Amino acid sequence: MDLILVNLIDGLVTGLLLFMLSAGLTLIFSMMGVLNFAHASFYMLGAYFAYQISLFFGFWMGLLIAPVIVGVMGAGVERYGLRRVHQYGHVPELIFTFGLALLIEELVQFLWGKNQMPYAVPEVLHFTAFSIAGNSIPAYKIFMIFVSLAIFMALLFVLTRTRVGMIIQAALSYPKTVEALGHNVPLVFMGVFGVGTALAGVAGVIAGPVLGTFPGMAFLLGSIVFVTIVIGGLGSLWGALVASLLIGWLTTFAASYNVAFADILTWIGFTMPADLDDSMWRDLWTLTMPQIGPILPYLLMVLILVFRPHGLLGKREA
Amino acid sequence: MTDQTQNAPRFGGMNTAAVAPWVIAAAFLLVMPFIFTSNSAITIMNQMSITIIFALSYNMLLGQGGMLSFGHAVYMGVGGFFCVHIMNMVEDGGLPLPLPLLPLFGGLFGLGLATIVGAFSTRKAGTVFAMISLGVGELIAACSVIVVAFFGGEEGVSGDRTYGLPVFGVEFLQQIEVYYLIAFWLMLSALLMYLFSRTPVGRMANAVRDNPERAEFLGYSARWVRFYSFCAAGFFAGIAGGLFAINYEILTEENLNLTQSGAILLITFLGGIGFFFGPILGAIVFTLLQTVLSLQTELWQLYLGALFVATVMYFPGGLAGLLMMHAPALRSGRAGRLVLPYIKTLGPALIGVLALAGLIEMTFHLRHASLGDHHMTLFWVDLDSHSLVPWLVFAAIMAAGFAVMRRNLPELLSAWHSANATGDRS
Repeated sequence: MDLILVNLIDGLVTGLLLFMLSAGLTLIFSMMGVLNFAHASFYMLGAYFAYQISLFFGFWMGLLIAPVIVGVMGAGVERYGLRRVHQYGHVPELIFTFGLALLIEELVQFLWGKNQMPYAVPEVLHFTAFSIAGNSIPAYKIFMIFVSLAIFMALLFVLTRTRVGMIIQAALSYPKTVEALGHNVPLVFMGVFGVGTALAGVAGVIAGPVLGTFPGMAFLLGSIVFVTIVIGGLGSLWGALVASLLIGWLTTFAASYNVAFADILTWIGFTMPADLDDSMWRDLWTLTMPQIGPILPYLLMVLILVFRPHGLLGKREA
Repeated sequence: MTDQTQNAPRFGGMNTAAVAPWVIAAAFLLVMPFIFTSNSAITIMNQMSITIIFALSYNMLLGQGGMLSFGHAVYMGVGGFFCVHIMNMVEDGGLPLPLPLLPLFGGLFGLGLATIVGAFSTRKAGTVFAMISLGVGELIAACSVIVVAFFGGEEGVSGDRTYGLPVFGVEFLQQIEVYYLIAFWLMLSALLMYLFSRTPVGRMANAVRDNPERAEFLGYSARWVRFYSFCAAGFFAGIAGGLFAINYEILTEENLNLTQSGAILLITFLGGIGFFFGPILGAIVFTLLQTVLSLQTELWQLYLGALFVATVMYFPGGLAGLLMMHAPALRSGRAGRLVLPYIKTLGPALIGVLALAGLIEMTFHLRHASLGDHHMTLFWVDLDSHSLVPWLVFAAIMAAGFAVMRRNLPELLSAWHSANATGDRS
């Protein structure tokens, strides 16, 4: 029971972190129809910038400034890169963002090298918040949960309660009409792209100390983020939230319960072969839950695509 | 994504112009080992040929079918893994199979996997297809660490090609024998892929790529057309995998993952997806760049990434597209007017780019060289990366190069217009 509670908190942290990335990605997708392959690269840039800033001004300035820089860079990429490629169609746009992801990874390696950066949790948050039956929950995790929730609330408020949010929502479905009403839709696109990448930057700043700041962090998380928004339904913000939490909990629980497949198979009624090395099903017998944890999101995505092509909460056919 | 197929001769009227490139290519492949006799050259050519087959198969999806795949390496990898297992079975004496036929089985397994995946992934093209291909690719790549019996876990599976049945006394001990085996499969699969693009299915793939709705109105199922292209691409990727297994005798997780799939996208796009020969060009240039640049600099992937992004932004036709842009001028015999402006513009630009690369290398050295190591060699010149002089020199060369390019650019543009002008025979 206690372990379940700890895992629930851990999964919530992972899920909310995923949501910060997938929220921006799904907004950008529903607006421009382009999946930003480089989205996780902006997450990585956020972590690296914050690390660099924290060397001089401390963690909190990093949290403030790094997302802004990342957002400005994102807006620049939209303005001078994507808008140019847009004329060739969606597939070249996707290829462009893929190339950008490669390029950003190489640039990060060029500037900071291939090793992990010593980007650490700030001293202020370096204590145990509380403990559940001997499992201590660090204060930084609680801080991550609160930051993500605050951002989610702010996003929801801006999108549904403000004038800017109304225009964005209208531009999602009828960009031509909104333009005819006198709004600068390309500017809205650029803004949404900037804010989306800035959100990814925030995620990078707060995840960098926990998950590690290294050049592979973008591709490690990037494909999971795509899986998330496909499962949640392309373009659906609530779907992204549900799918993020689902994947967060799924991977956390799979990683912490060491259930061996041998037990399950025996329980079903199969008998274990005497000589495992000769058996064709050797791998099935030696498999454990933590081993298959990392592939569960992909498996879930394939199942979703086969049985419910528009995702959990999506409206459009994926 | 233009396709110059209007000018191509029909099936019945197979004339010399259509056959000539294939004959030349075959002769070229035959003669190459006599020109470049060293072992390393043959190794590079083997790698190149395998990459060409793989890139051509990838272009069946991207260029001809309009399907962007982020997981194509999986079909090559799985085909290769199966081939290694077959090779081991032959070694154990269970199967009488001559080695030259092995790639065919790789192709069949690639085809099998593509049939399963294509059944649900070809419903839509574009973004959705790309996402599914990414997910499936990551899934299978991640499985390779789990399903140890088949994928061999971290260290992969390895075999030995020489234990198979000798074919007419050839045991494939030497690289050169493998080279001719690969060259044979290269010619065969390239020809088959070209002919596939000329069949009604291949033509419909182009139609579905350009406008799926209109193709559906004509009575064709866009999904089935995509499915056929997808299966064919999987088959040829599997052949490339089988050749990879024969050449390297080992396959690991690296043959399946996203890095590999991304590399083939890069190669194909750099070469040009609009023309059949584009991926061939891309594979040749990429392999050469890889071998030459990676010896010269640690940063070659950075340059390659920058080149790729620049290609997507400014030359979506790739290398082949750039070459074919000159076809009208060549045909009208006015290409000669372009030579001098090209030299005057691209020469300084090249010098500028090289100077920029020099600056980048010096920055890299400044940041990452061990403490006290100030010495570096750049373009055969020894210099001190911590003193100001080389920085100023390189910056000045770069500025001068780009300035001359900018000054001469209008001349090139006007030459371009006069060379491509239609109508006036001045």
